[in-house]
Amino acid sequence: MRKNYNYAKRKYVIGGFIALIAIIYGIKLYDLQISDSKYKESADSNAFLKKTIYPSRGLIYDRNGNLVVYNQPAYDVMLVPRDVNQFDTIDFCNTLNITKEQLLKRFTDMKDKRFNPGYSSYTPQVLITHLTAQDYGRLQEKLYRFPGFFIQKRILRQYNIKSAGNILGNIREVNAKDIEDDSYYTAGDYTGDLGVERSYEKYLRGTKGVEILIRDANGRIQGKYENGAHDIAPISGRDLTLSIDVRLQQYAESLMVGKHGAIVAIEPQTGEILCMVSAPGYDPSLLVGRERGKNYKALANDPEHPLYDRALMSSYPPGSTFKPTQGLIFLQENIITPGTAYPCHRGYINGGLRVGCHGHGSPLALKPALQTSCNAYFCWGFKNMIDRRSKYGSSANAFEVWKKHLVSMGYGYRLGVDLPGESRGFIPNDKFYNKFYGQGGWSANTIISVSIGQGEIGATPIQIANLCATIANRGWFITPHVVKKIHDTIMPPDLTRKRYPTIDAHYYPTIAEGMRMAVTGGTCRKANLPDIEVAGKTGTAQNPHGQDHSAFIGFAPFNDPKIAVCVYVENGGWGASFGVPIGSLVIEKYLNGQISTARKGLEEQMMSSRLSYTSAKKKK
Amino acid sequence: MLQRRINAIELFRNLDWFTIILYLIMVLAGVISIYAASYDYDNASMLSFEEFSGKQLRWIGLSLALGFILLLIDTRMYEAYAYPIYIIIMLLLLITPFLAPDIKGSRSWLVFGPVSLQPAEFAKFATALALAKLFSGYNFLLNAKLSNYARAISIIILPIFLILMQKETGSALTFLALFFVLYREGMSGLVLFGALFSIIIFVVSIKYTDPYVLSMASGQFWLFIIIMATILGMLFIYNRRWSIVRNVMLGDLIFAIGTWLLADVCGVQIPGTALFISIIILTCIYLLFEAVRTHARYFYVIAGTAILSVVFMFSVNFAFDHLQPHQQMRIRVVLGLEEDLRGVGYNVNQSKIAIGSGGLTGKGFLNGTQTKLKYVPEQHTDFIFCTIGEEEGFIGTTAVMLLFLALILRVLTLAERQPTTFGRVYGYCVACYFIFHFCINIGMVIGLCPVIGIPLPFFSYGGSSLWGFTILLFILLRIDAGRKQVLSY
Repeated sequence: MRKNYNYAKRKYVIGGFIALIAIIYGIKLYDLQISDSKYKESADSNAFLKKTIYPSRGLIYDRNGNLVVYNQPAYDVMLVPRDVNQFDTIDFCNTLNITKEQLLKRFTDMKDKRFNPGYSSYTPQVLITHLTAQDYGRLQEKLYRFPGFFIQKRILRQYNIKSAGNILGNIREVNAKDIEDDSYYTAGDYTGDLGVERSYEKYLRGTKGVEILIRDANGRIQGKYENGAHDIAPISGRDLTLSIDVRLQQYAESLMVGKHGAIVAIEPQTGEILCMVSAPGYDPSLLVGRERGKNYKALANDPEHPLYDRALMSSYPPGSTFKPTQGLIFLQENIITPGTAYPCHRGYINGGLRVGCHGHGSPLALKPALQTSCNAYFCWGFKNMIDRRSKYGSSANAFEVWKKHLVSMGYGYRLGVDLPGESRGFIPNDKFYNKFYGQGGWSANTIISVSIGQGEIGATPIQIANLCATIANRGWFITPHVVKKIHDTIMPPDLTRKRYPTIDAHYYPTIAEGMRMAVTGGTCRKANLPDIEVAGKTGTAQNPHGQDHSAFIGFAPFNDPKIAVCVYVENGGWGASFGVPIGSLVIEKYLNGQISTARKGLEEQMMSSRLSYTSAKKKK
Repeated sequence: MLQRRINAIELFRNLDWFTIILYLIMVLAGVISIYAASYDYDNASMLSFEEFSGKQLRWIGLSLALGFILLLIDTRMYEAYAYPIYIIIMLLLLITPFLAPDIKGSRSWLVFGPVSLQPAEFAKFATALALAKLFSGYNFLLNAKLSNYARAISIIILPIFLILMQKETGSALTFLALFFVLYREGMSGLVLFGALFSIIIFVVSIKYTDPYVLSMASGQFWLFIIIMATILGMLFIYNRRWSIVRNVMLGDLIFAIGTWLLADVCGVQIPGTALFISIIILTCIYLLFEAVRTHARYFYVIAGTAILSVVFMFSVNFAFDHLQPHQQMRIRVVLGLEEDLRGVGYNVNQSKIAIGSGGLTGKGFLNGTQTKLKYVPEQHTDFIFCTIGEEEGFIGTTAVMLLFLALILRVLTLAERQPTTFGRVYGYCVACYFIFHFCINIGMVIGLCPVIGIPLPFFSYGGSSLWGFTILLFILLRIDAGRKQVLSY
């Protein structure tokens, strides 16, 4: 009897053991395969290399169809960190003409989450940007020796002109905040910085495409996934046509050489900005490519602030260019009629207050007051309005009415120009003065200087130019803008809609005629061109920090305006000394295409004059 | 023992066709999996002998021929030549490291022209035969003499030792499965239990060092609970009476709560370790008292188990803490406690990704990205289960597991129905090899066991492994087919 019955039961222990193991494994497999989806994602991220295909960025043309900004391919060295093994660093450095230290520095920077918040060892990272064509060629040939590395084609901007940096802007690599704000971006992408590159970024950038490649365990690409069936083709960015006339822009810039200030010219019927100069400016090509960082730093630290767009961001006292607004308000509020005359005995003298003026006849009506830029006239008008309790109840109420009219004309708030960084200027309200002087503690005389564009008033050159365009249109304007057309799409309606200030249109001709008189026989006589009917208004803005600012607004031709211009030259002195000549030259150049020989001397004088800005401090 | 000769027709009728069909299904599923695992997009031809799948088909053909020949050999021949076969194979194992070229650090492959064979795979059936022969000796009872143990263990240890010489740790460990056979033949279950319990204590105390429970590592806490549960379980199994279990539980509970309250009242913090140790000592004192009272030996066994477990637990912790950090790291990586995605852990991680990404129904035949793009290493040999998991999904993996479960349970049934000790022991040996390979291979692929490189029988590519398992199975089938011819024993 061999069979050992005592132990036969143990077959159940052994059978039970294997069944138990099978059950445990079954549960584990259920867990791996069915409950947990992370493995599917891991497998996909292993096998599929999603390669971004960058669309070409939209081109930029000027209003006459001249190509201004275009693209040039650039090459970045990319790598997927976990695919990179030991490689011949010396060979690599020699190929790209860099030192080993530079390479190591790039690796450290790449892995530093402060510089590169999107770092992951599984996704492509940028190692070196902007290879030259030669470096690109050399590296491309040797790339097989450096597994994990690849070359990404990108786009660099190229410029046909050395001007209009403030309008065009530039592109830069996205930073951590951009990536956080817009999921479109990943590290190494480019985005618009300043100018239309920024404000039209969504149109210019296009849509990225994706190419799905199959990658094996050694990082070798085995071809396209399902022959590219799941690839997404990139969509090129939309081209822009600017309203800027490049020739006029370059000409205007040449007139502003050596001066600080701004020129804005607008086509009144369309609100299109013909030129917008901020002086001093910069060459947009400086902010392209590898040297961008260095150049950007230099520009940002430049004491003359070339990156600061004075036309758009600077809030200047408008000075006498403000007077047309006052005339309009007084007419609308029935404070005056075109025939109302106010006395001026070398100034406005009331209640122990004196605002100086210069020699001219007295009393004056509105048009001659504009012609001669009489301070007293507008002070009287202002006093009669603000202190008219019978109509408004209080100075504060009257002031609010006054302010609302100005706001409707585009002052005190952003106009909505299609460029980033626009300043709103400044028009105070009653609360501002209540805080300053106490409730009811102020009247017209307290704040009389605002009536002649001084004191608390601040306006950007573009707001001043917009006023000029409104007068040229005799009562309406379209938000000034620098882009005339976005290809294959319509313009935003806000940039094509007519806006009507709260002044009735029939008051405008009086103001326009006054401005015409200023050119024919007033403060702007230098703008009196033989073949073009120009209307204008000078401004000499007192400046607590130094020499007066020289300003001018003007439009032409008088009966069918094609251009409205604002010139603002910091510390330029009288409006007639810089504002009027420069403004008239811009008008002449735009309308005639050239400067008459008689005025070549003036042109030469404007182009060659230099203002000193370091010694001009503290004069008044 | 008397047997009559068996004729071909009887043999054919008495063959266990269920096992043969299982075998055929598995080898064919294996070829298909190997084809999928080594499929190359560029040049795909299933029957090309250049491909792994084609080569495997050739091995299968030869295996079937081999199986047929094995069925023709009389059972008595296997019994008669068991020791000579064992000795020859052991000699072969002995000389292998001197003849074999170095392939990936191991010297286990004998190269005959285009064919390479691994003698270690053939040691499986030889050892099984030798063990069966030993047990079938006249009046051989394992528990009768200590020397019987020595002889049985020697037969098992010798191939382990020789294969370790070839640096094939995985194959060598396979033979440990034969201790299950000793258990079936009478070895105390305490040995297996002790081994299992040691492993549990070792893994748990190293793995769960973090959060703290009652001011001790959570691993220690749970081990104390497990040890207490084991004491109670053993008491119940040996004693079969509730009274003692109840006494222990009540006594310990009262002691624990009493101490707790007392400590709380006195405002003293008692370390959890001290509390647990005193509970176990208290229990042991009670058990010794019972042992003296009832003269039952098992009380000593239980008390001994408890004390040894606690001592072992503390020594593991102590030893582990005094290892060098890199040594600790190695142990943790081998146990799969540490993610080492570049080294050993890379394989397991990729293998889990492959299986996990299969989902319920898999990505479809030849559509697995993990395996096609070679993320999983050794995917046509040790990691073949990944391909099945990725392409056939949970349904595929479950089906393969059920096939193995069916085969193993069937082999156990065959073993149990043998009238001879030789047949039974041999059958158990076969079953235990399959159990070991199944548990370790699938366990390592799904990340439950350390990575020990052994193949999945009938699925993994490789002639030696296929032949080794075919020989094991067909000798058993031959013995089983002839069981009715045993006239007397």
